[in-house]
Amino acid sequence: MSIEVKVPQLPESVQDATLVSWHKKPGDQVNRDENLVDIETDKVVLEVPAPVSGVLKEIRVKDGTTVGAGQVLAILEEGSAAAAAPAQKAAPAPAAAPAPAPAAAAPAPAQPSASAGNDMPLSPSVRRLVEENKLDPSQIKGSARDGRLTKGDVLDYMSNRGSTQPAAAAPATAPAARAPARSGAREDRRVPMTRMRARIAERLTQSQTNTVMLTSFNEVDLSAVMALRAKYKDKFEKEQGVKLGFMSFFVKAAVEALKKYPVVNASVEGNDIVYHDYWDISVAVATPRGLVTPVLRDADQMSFADIEKTLGDMAARAREGKIGIEELTGGTFTITNGGVFGSLMSTPIINPPQSAILGMHATKDRAVVVEGQVVARPMMYIALTYDHRIIDGKEAVLTLVSIKESLEDPARLVLGI
Amino acid sequence: MSQSFDVVVIGGGPAGYVAAIRAAQNGLKTACVDNWKNPDGKHAFGGTCLNAGCIPSKALLESSEMYHKATHEFASHGVKVGTVSMDIGAMQARKGKITSSLTSGIAQLFKSNNVTGISGTGRLLKGNKVEVTDFDDPKKKEVIEAKAVVLAAGSEPVELKIAAFDRKDIVDSWGALDFAEVPKRLGVIGGGVIGLELGSVWQRLGAQVTILEAMDNFLFMADQQVAKDAERQFRKQGLDIRLGAKVTGAEKGKTGISVSYDDKDGKQKIEVDKLIVAVGRRPATRNLLDDGTGVQLDERGFIKVDHECRTGVPNVWAIGDCVRGPMLAHKGSEEGVMVADLIAGKVSEMNYDVIPSVIYTWPEIAWVGKTEEELKKKGTRYKTGTFPFAANGRAKAMEAASGMVKMLANADTDEILGVHIVGPMASEMISEAVVAMEFRASAEDLQRTIHAHPTLSEAMHEASLAVDKHAIHAINK
Repeated sequence: MSIEVKVPQLPESVQDATLVSWHKKPGDQVNRDENLVDIETDKVVLEVPAPVSGVLKEIRVKDGTTVGAGQVLAILEEGSAAAAAPAQKAAPAPAAAPAPAPAAAAPAPAQPSASAGNDMPLSPSVRRLVEENKLDPSQIKGSARDGRLTKGDVLDYMSNRGSTQPAAAAPATAPAARAPARSGAREDRRVPMTRMRARIAERLTQSQTNTVMLTSFNEVDLSAVMALRAKYKDKFEKEQGVKLGFMSFFVKAAVEALKKYPVVNASVEGNDIVYHDYWDISVAVATPRGLVTPVLRDADQMSFADIEKTLGDMAARAREGKIGIEELTGGTFTITNGGVFGSLMSTPIINPPQSAILGMHATKDRAVVVEGQVVARPMMYIALTYDHRIIDGKEAVLTLVSIKESLEDPARLVLGI
Repeated sequence: MSQSFDVVVIGGGPAGYVAAIRAAQNGLKTACVDNWKNPDGKHAFGGTCLNAGCIPSKALLESSEMYHKATHEFASHGVKVGTVSMDIGAMQARKGKITSSLTSGIAQLFKSNNVTGISGTGRLLKGNKVEVTDFDDPKKKEVIEAKAVVLAAGSEPVELKIAAFDRKDIVDSWGALDFAEVPKRLGVIGGGVIGLELGSVWQRLGAQVTILEAMDNFLFMADQQVAKDAERQFRKQGLDIRLGAKVTGAEKGKTGISVSYDDKDGKQKIEVDKLIVAVGRRPATRNLLDDGTGVQLDERGFIKVDHECRTGVPNVWAIGDCVRGPMLAHKGSEEGVMVADLIAGKVSEMNYDVIPSVIYTWPEIAWVGKTEEELKKKGTRYKTGTFPFAANGRAKAMEAASGMVKMLANADTDEILGVHIVGPMASEMISEAVVAMEFRASAEDLQRTIHAHPTLSEAMHEASLAVDKHAIHAINK
């Protein structure tokens, strides 16, 4: 029986998508749920899994083509017999909220503990290549049994790298500072932006021109959080099955602050201010294809363990390109952590239609004065960029102070003060 | 009262009995119908492989090898024996013991896995019913019902009209395993796997063996560099191999069987005492299908199936020698496993590109993947590495330092595309290459894998190194 493979339902905010690459050729045998093709939307790369096991009969749409929801991509000839196949498993469902999302500014993953797809054993030649060329094997697509990497996969990846592999979101370097002249031919490489990168660029520009952004700074003494973590780290991991990271403290502290200053959690629609009585926190994650911001829904109702688990899971899937659009849309406030890359200070850019974003940075031991004594403390600068159209300086500063106080005295998070 | 099963397998050879056991392990109520009849008139599971092929021929190969060593090699080791003689009766009795222990083992396995073993002739009827004709009483017929039927009817030797079997002097491969004494002059029509194996058994026991092969190339399906090396060794051992020899007739006379053939020099004639016809096997699909089952045969009698062994008729599957692909026990077994899993709704597939082939002569020939000729024809860019057993310490100690390991790898990706061995224990050595290729390993992967010293397997290691001109113990050409 022939089955049409279609573009999955796209959210309202997504007009169309680009077919990135087929993983199968006509005539290839495919198993149910095996990824047939990658489709890139503005927000995310979607996989289109085979609805049934069978043979790929015909490919109707070539790589690089723009496709719309429901469009037929290929014809699959179902293997005739058996296999009590459950209902066709479609790609991610459309997003509930129409709000678009990605593109928070500062480069920043969360701090998930799980490393994505790194546990596949590597063959000797692949180990050598990865080591010699400082590659991350989880970024390379494996073609052998169970997705293992062959030497050919790695060689192929290395020869294609640069042309097709978008660099991980890196802070922009000053274009003026060119490298000193070298002898021999100098070449420019012109690489078209991926759809996702182009969309990020567009939205950042939009954010910059349509909002009035201002950044306020403060600093946090993290010794209390660190002490708490040190004390309960093992017990927490044993009880909850996940590592106790920093991110859960920041999410909780942010939610408490947002509750106190609701306008920071609001958004602008025309001449209206829309207040949200829910706290959906977007957390920026760097992926090989660019920055994405999975959303922690109702973060106020989540326990520390919930936050760590959900973040770890979403970040891992975001890096593998396996996260759904609905998980990336509709946050009310964003947290971005430039600290993992060592950033000491930055001014993050708002993720519209949100009105504010919290930037975390590197924790450094610095000399500070506590009760008249100079002591070393683990300090972090935090930044809040806000839309000055609806948020006044006072609210922004107090939001940061609230976050600082919660983190310096985490007992407040328990007491809700 | 008709019995009914989830799965009925027709045929109890290595494809069928494996499918039946696997299906039962998958929780399906399974029966296996088989009609193999041994010369004693008794039924035995195991099909050609266990009763008349792989296993008994290996038993004889081993015995003949012992005799050959005793007469030709012991002296050089300093082992002194008196007069060596061969008791063919004892050799055949040993062979019988091995096969009967293995075939009764299958009955045991059926019992412990709850497979219902039925001795009788199975035939597919319309609507997934199987008619079973009683093993002893051909008038007694029973119809059993099955949700799924697996056809694993196997294959049988092709008979030549010009040299019809008389089961005494002109025999098929089965008959050639049962000679009660060593024929003085033995003719073999067909220089393929079976002809070579049987020819070399009797040659080592003292027969003067002539092999008549119609093709101009020796072992045309094998990598020709390896085939040439093997041919040279066989000729040196005394096998009289005549290529391009098309047999035109065989006539029994007073002094023996006169076999006439044409070759490039014209009409030829030889006289032999026994003649083995080993010109191939054909699917045993006659009388397997009733009218209107919908199962289709191709022009050569093979049951038509897709890559997952589906016949196109819902819930009727076919595996092993009666379908396309090489007639190899391990290929049939693997298909049996796949089909039993697919019937149970599991995901399963078979990699037809990585099936090892073995010829059990001495030296053995074994290969997996593509030959150099195939790669040339396809236009694939490849590298080759060969390593001679003459430079392998263990082979030298075994007095078996002839032959080589040859490896072919993709010039761009370094992936191993084929491995071809002629030499001692090639059948065991090839498994390393099969595993490597199943995991799509590169030559470098094997280069970086430690091989114990001193072993024959080091030749595999060196061949992988030779692919990149890095062999340590041979001159890299």
